[in-house]
Formats: sequence, structure tokens, C-alpha cells
Amino acid sequence: MENIDTQSRRSFLKSSVLAGGGLMLSLTWFSKAKAAEKIPELNLSEHWSELSSYIKITTDNIIKIFCPNPEFGQNVMTSLPMIVAEELDADWKNVVVEMSPHDNVKYGSQFTGGSNSVRMYWQPLRNAGATARQMLIEAAAQTWGVPAAEITTKSGILSHSSGKSAKYGEVADKAATLPVPKDVKLKSPKDFTIVKNSKKNTEGSKIVTGKPLFGMDYRVEGMMIAMIQHPPAFGMKLKSFDASQALKMPGIKDIFSFKLYDDGFEQASFDTRTFNELIAIVGKSTWEVMNARKKLIVKWENAPETKEIINGWGGRKTELIIPSGLESTSVQLAKMQEMAKMPAQQYRKDGDPETAFKNAATIIERTYNAPFLAHNCMEPMNFFAHVEADKALVAGPIQAPGWMEPTLAKILNLPADKIEIQMTRMGGGFGRRAYAQYVYEAARISQKVKAPVKLIYSREDDMTYGIYRPMYTATYRAALDANKNLIAFHVKGGGIPENPIHANRFPAGAIDNYLAEGWEIRSNITIGAFRAPRSNFNAAAEQSFLDEVAEAMGKDPIDFRLDLLKRAKENPVGKNNEYDADRYAGVLNLLKEKSGWGKPENSGKKRGVAAYFCHNSYAGHVVDMVIRNGQPYVEQVTSAIDCGVVVNPDAAINMVQGAVVDGIGNAFYGALTHKDGVAEQNNFHNYRIIRHNEAPKKIDVHFVKNDIDPTGLGEPPFPPVFGAVANALYKMEGRRYYNQPFNSGFS
Amino acid sequence: MTKYSLKINGKIQQVDVEPSTPVLWVLRDHLNLTGTKFGCGMGMCGACTIHLDDAPVRSCSLPVSTVGKQAITTIEGLSVNGTHPVQKAWIEHDVAQCGYCQAGQIMSAAALLKETAATNRSNLSDEDIDNYMSGNICRCGTYLRIKEAIKSAAGK
Ligand code: FES
Ligand code: FES
Repeated sequence: MENIDTQSRRSFLKSSVLAGGGLMLSLTWFSKAKAAEKIPELNLSEHWSELSSYIKITTDNIIKIFCPNPEFGQNVMTSLPMIVAEELDADWKNVVVEMSPHDNVKYGSQFTGGSNSVRMYWQPLRNAGATARQMLIEAAAQTWGVPAAEITTKSGILSHSSGKSAKYGEVADKAATLPVPKDVKLKSPKDFTIVKNSKKNTEGSKIVTGKPLFGMDYRVEGMMIAMIQHPPAFGMKLKSFDASQALKMPGIKDIFSFKLYDDGFEQASFDTRTFNELIAIVGKSTWEVMNARKKLIVKWENAPETKEIINGWGGRKTELIIPSGLESTSVQLAKMQEMAKMPAQQYRKDGDPETAFKNAATIIERTYNAPFLAHNCMEPMNFFAHVEADKALVAGPIQAPGWMEPTLAKILNLPADKIEIQMTRMGGGFGRRAYAQYVYEAARISQKVKAPVKLIYSREDDMTYGIYRPMYTATYRAALDANKNLIAFHVKGGGIPENPIHANRFPAGAIDNYLAEGWEIRSNITIGAFRAPRSNFNAAAEQSFLDEVAEAMGKDPIDFRLDLLKRAKENPVGKNNEYDADRYAGVLNLLKEKSGWGKPENSGKKRGVAAYFCHNSYAGHVVDMVIRNGQPYVEQVTSAIDCGVVVNPDAAINMVQGAVVDGIGNAFYGALTHKDGVAEQNNFHNYRIIRHNEAPKKIDVHFVKNDIDPTGLGEPPFPPVFGAVANALYKMEGRRYYNQPFNSGFS
Repeated sequence: MTKYSLKINGKIQQVDVEPSTPVLWVLRDHLNLTGTKFGCGMGMCGACTIHLDDAPVRSCSLPVSTVGKQAITTIEGLSVNGTHPVQKAWIEHDVAQCGYCQAGQIMSAAALLKETAATNRSNLSDEDIDNYMSGNICRCGTYLRIKEAIKSAAGK
């Protein structure tokens, strides 16, 4: 017996049905004030009985399930409703899915990112389904006059041994009036019939027929189009502008400059400030705005050092000094080399690494570098805003609606409950859309022009705005004794402006003498989370380094890792080791088996392996590389993943395949470099994204089968791709690749 | 501003726009056909792919003044109710992740199949598909499924 947790208690609301198809709310667990403001949608043509915030049922047995989290391609609009439907014992054929409104009281954090959607909602959604099922059973029991315990459910049908049966829709009205049960029994994973069975994307047919799903497609009557002009270089700001010519262009309504945050504004953790003063160009249509923009005459000047006040999680206030200056990649690299020699902050130390290195017979030391990366979501940043005197509606692609709401309220000087946020489907996110400055910009613009506005970034705006994956470096050192035993391990990592260190991850815990240190260099180039933050660099560097260490020790790279994991399990070093050595080893063993690791390789094909733990899950890949048209090409990949229960297997395979393709693309080609503050790549002609002909022919995905609660999948398969590619390149060319992107080193 | 009569998805549509306006923005802003997507605006990503007569064209780089009498087909007009073999194959293989690139992918794939049928070629190799499709970026990396879907649509 498992109990409903507090969150889903709050999310349950009891409703009673009124004549004429209305719903009257009576609330059990969440605040009455909130409910009074939020009347659930009433669809007059249908009669919906609301069994919880997540579930509505019609008399003709259609079950509507609300997806709490915004969709960016990870397929939550299918997987999350599947979890509800499973415990509800619904007939999946009768399920329709709708994006839920933004309401953190009813739906929890509603944050898409950190591979957390399924992980966070697993329990609440199971409870929601099981509770509604119990209410339906109770309604049938009362109707039939039989004990509830004698009623069974299957595929949306209630049955009793007497031969009585009813569809859910027939008793849903009554069920909605019943008290919400406190303790409901959840299914055992072995009884799952929906979860663990592949279901097609619930939005698949809308996607292939071009329905308006995305923020870019959002429109209302009388809506204006807006674009922004940001400084051409990081470290610059607006000096003055002359819009007289631009304003004469057809369709243009207004051109003005505005500040994103007022002076002294306290930013929340994800309120990135790249360019605080921008020019807005507002007009009737996109092309007219684009054309008028070309007629703007703008003078820019170097920006001074600025101070940011960050009011972070838990009210932790910090002041951040953002340096002035026009930065260039070559100078940044040199600075990083300098910093790497300086004392750094120590994050973890086990044993006595200094002495171990002093006594070593062999020391291997390697340095790895990686550039800024642009997220390049397929759908450029955009948002709709309609700000009025006493309320606001904003709609579009956003990963963290709950984080932006307080900032939006402050910026617009409106109470948060007067701001309605609608989440559209996102054309990719990759972390970028957790930073909502484009929402604030849209809101500022709408407030100024007093009209509904859709702000659109061009690809160039999007790519040169910052919020990149940080620039990273790390130096790894390994000490071997005379018998080639690994006796000490040292990682010292740094970055602009964030360091990559995960001090408590593998191989910490497996080596007696261990040291992890980090340092950072401030910059006016802004950064943000990028699919598996920090891990996406660490897995490249560390997994490549371990390959080299294994070779120096004369060990097979997989067996070498397995030996370390055995040590970490049987006799772990230190505390706080983040990973589960068994699950990590499980993935490596599965990989070994499925890839046929260790069998002789044919001369043309070379293999590399890597595995990594991040975001609560374990992933590894073996890549098979060949030379094609004179260039290294990853022809085939075998992947092994342990993410616990796989909710929607075929979609999960799709996501892993996508992560592999994304990883190969970024490892080979991804780079955003700067010259005097100007981004040197600004569209797909000079920022190379992996294409059809460069993707592997085959990616075989295997999951470790277990019944562990799901631990997340969007990010974990991505980081180890980099390391596996690097290790295959070494096999292919006999030299190591230490600097990303690797194609800059191709001969 | 100039008036244009365009044949779009079998219907004649009138628009009054500046001659340099790319067909992409005519579709999206003036005709509310938002299935055709904006990705790069410079012919590099294929998100905006439409058919001009039977040929796949990047609508972001196609001024409306150059269309003339050629028929435009967009994702909304590729079939009634998504029944084109390519659309059906896309569902069968559950291709989409975020889905933003897929209208462009489907329009390119549909054009490829039409060309293949016209030349009586029965078999599409991986290389044929790569060559034809490499102008269409998928940032989510759904390339393998796109290829499978094209092959299965071609087999029907
Ligand atoms: S938007 Fe036309 S090719 Fe990218
Ligand atoms: S499915 Fe997201 S870009 Fe292709």
C-alpha cells in the first residue's frame, strides 16, 4: 500500500456536477482562494466530469488527461499521460491529451528539464490515476449496491461478478461527487499494460499535418510582430539610434529602446542578463519588421563593468561583477591556460594524492578543451505577450513557466495571479528555454505598444544572444605505481564562466587518492544549461582520459572501468559518491554483450567506448567508426541505458538515438567562437549542425530491464557520446583528440 | 505593395504584399498557413520547404514576385487529413521529437518519392536519401527514423 503524497493531495479537487453540464468546485486540499480565481475550462458541447486536475471523463467515455509539463520533444505529452492511464486502467484508445494550464499549485513545478519530467511526476501521476480509478469503483459500488472490493477494472470498464458492468463514462458524474480516497493501492510494475508498452506520440498526426502547435504559430486578432536589435558584440551597449528612416518603412508601428531589467533589479537564478538595453521594432508583419530593421542607424559603445544582483534559490543573494571588454576565443584560451596553473578551489580530497603522485612510477597528464556551444533550437526564440493595465497573457515555448512568473510579475508590476502563462509545444529546448529573457522582452514590448505582440528572434539573433554552453577546460592526472596500478587521480577543471567539476562522480569512490579542484573566469558572454550541463564536457574529457589510462595499464577499457566499479561497490573510498556502482557496471556489461565487445575488429572499422552517469541514469555507447570519403564517420552505435522503468520504449529509443546523433554532431562540429566580442558563427552556413548524411546508419539501443522508478532519459545518453567518439578517433588515427570540436583537428 | 494571385493547395489566394516578401512569410503572416516553418531564413535548414509545382523549394528564400502561375503546395495541402504515404509512414515510425523540422522533412521526402516514381526507380538507397535530404536539418536528430519512414513510404 502506498500513500498519496502531499503534492497530489493538493492536486486533487472534488467537483460536483450541476445540471446543464456545469461543474461546481468544492475543494479539498488546495487553497480556496486560488480555486475561486481558476474556474476549470468548460466545454459546452461536451460534458466533462473532473476527477482530478489531471483527469476528466465524458459520458461517452472519452478520457482527457492533462500533461503538466511543457513538451520540447522528449515526448512527455505521451509518456506522462500513459502513467496516469496505467493506474486509471483506462483504455488508451479513448485517451485524449491536453497540455495543462500553468498552475504550480495544482500541477507542481511544471519544469521541463534536468531529465526530470517522468522522474518527478512518476509518483504523483500514478497516484492521480489510481485515486480516480478508486473513485470510479466507489461510484459503481454505490450504484450497484455491491462492495467496492468486489469490483474490478480493465481498459476503462468496471465489472462485478454478478455480471454487472459499466464504462467509466457512465459513472464518472457520480464519481466526481465522491470524497477523494486517501490511500490508494498502486499497481505492481509486473501488471503494467500501458507503461512499458510503446505508444505513438499523441501529437504525431498534428505534427505531420502542420497544425499550429508551436509558439511561432501562436496568433490572435490584431497581433503585432516585434523583433529586437541587440548589440553586435558581447561587451557592447547601446549608445544612440536613429529610427527616422526605419519608421517610414511600410507596416511599422513603433521603434523604441527599452531596458529588460530596471536599475538595481534583483534577478532570480535563471534571469540571465545578456544585453539589458535593446531596440524593439514593432510592425504588422515579420518581413516588414525585418526590412525596417535594416534601416535602423545604431551607434554602439563599449559597456562598462556591470553589477548584477542575483536573488537565487532560497533567497540567497549574491552580487556578480560582469567584466567589461570585447573578448576573443584565442585570448580566452590563453587566459584559461594561465588560470589552470593557479591554486584552485578544492571540492574533494581522498587519501593523500600529493604523496601518491610524488611516489608514482608513471604520471599521465592530459588537458581537454571545449568551446561555447549554441543550443540552436530548431524553433528560434519567440513569445507572445498581451499586457493590459490589470492583467497579462503570455504564451509560447518555455521550459520553466514557474520560474519566470515571479520575475514577470515584478517587471510588469502585476500580481502573479493576473498573469496567465500558456505553454505551447517547443521546437526544441536543450536547456535554452529555461532562461526566459525573451518572454520578458515580449512583455515589455507589449506593455509599451499596448497591443498583443509576438516577439520573434531571427536565427542570427538567437545564435548571437549568448546563454551558451560554457567554455571548459580540464586537466586530468593519473598516477600509476611500478606494477601499473592506478594509485591516484586528480582533476582540475575550469571554465568561462563556470567550472565543470562534479567532484563526487566516478571515478571518485574507486581510487584511494583522489583530488578534484575547480576555478572560474568571469565573462560578459552569458551561459546557460545545455543538455546535460557540465556532464556534456566531463564525459568527453574524463572518458577519453580513462581510455588512455586503461591503455597505459594494459587493460581493456571496459574491464578497467568494471574493476574500478567493483572497488567502488565493495570498498568505496570517501563519502557522498553519487553513483550506484552496480547500475553503472550493469550498463557496461550490457554494452559489452550487445556490441560484441572484444571480438576482433576488422581493419577498416574502429571502436570506441564510453559510459557515464548523470541526471540519475546510466548510459554507455560503443561507436563503430570508418573512414568515408577521407573523413572519420560514425557508422554504427550500440547504446546501453539504465533509466529504471522505461515508460514508452519506442519513444525512449527515439530519444536515445537523437542524443547519439546530437552528441556526434556537437563532438565533431559544434563551436561558437568570438572575435572582439562578436560571435563568429551566426547561422547554419557557419555553425555546422549534423545532417542526414553524417548520422550513423544504425543505432541499436538496449535498456537494462528493471523495475526501479524511472530516473530520467533526456540527458544521460548525450554526454558519453563525446568520449566514445574521441576514443574511436584514437583507434582510427593513432592520435588523441583533446580539443573540441574534433573536426578542427581532422587532417 | 503589389497584389498577387497565388495558387496554394489548390485554391487561388489573393495577397497584397511587397514583391520581395518571401513566400514563407506570405504563408505564415498573411494566409495563416503556419505549418511551413521558419528556421534560418537563408536556405540552410529546410524547415520552410514547400513544393513549387512538384519541386521542393525553400520558401524563406523565394520572393513572392517570382512565383507566377506555379502551384504552391504546403504541408497543410499535401493530403486531406494526413493521408499522404509519407505522412502515414511518419506516424508509423513515430519519427517526430520536437516536430519543428518535420513539415520541411516531409515536404522534401514527398518530393523525393515523386521524383523517384517519375523515373520508375524502385529502390531508394541510403545514399539517395542522404543526398536528397541533407538540406533538411533536424536538431533533435531523428535522421534514422526519417530514413526508415521514407523507405517504407517508397515501398508502398
Ligand atoms: S528557414 Fe528556409 S531553409 Fe531555413
Ligand atoms: S524533430 Fe526537432 S528538429 Fe526535427
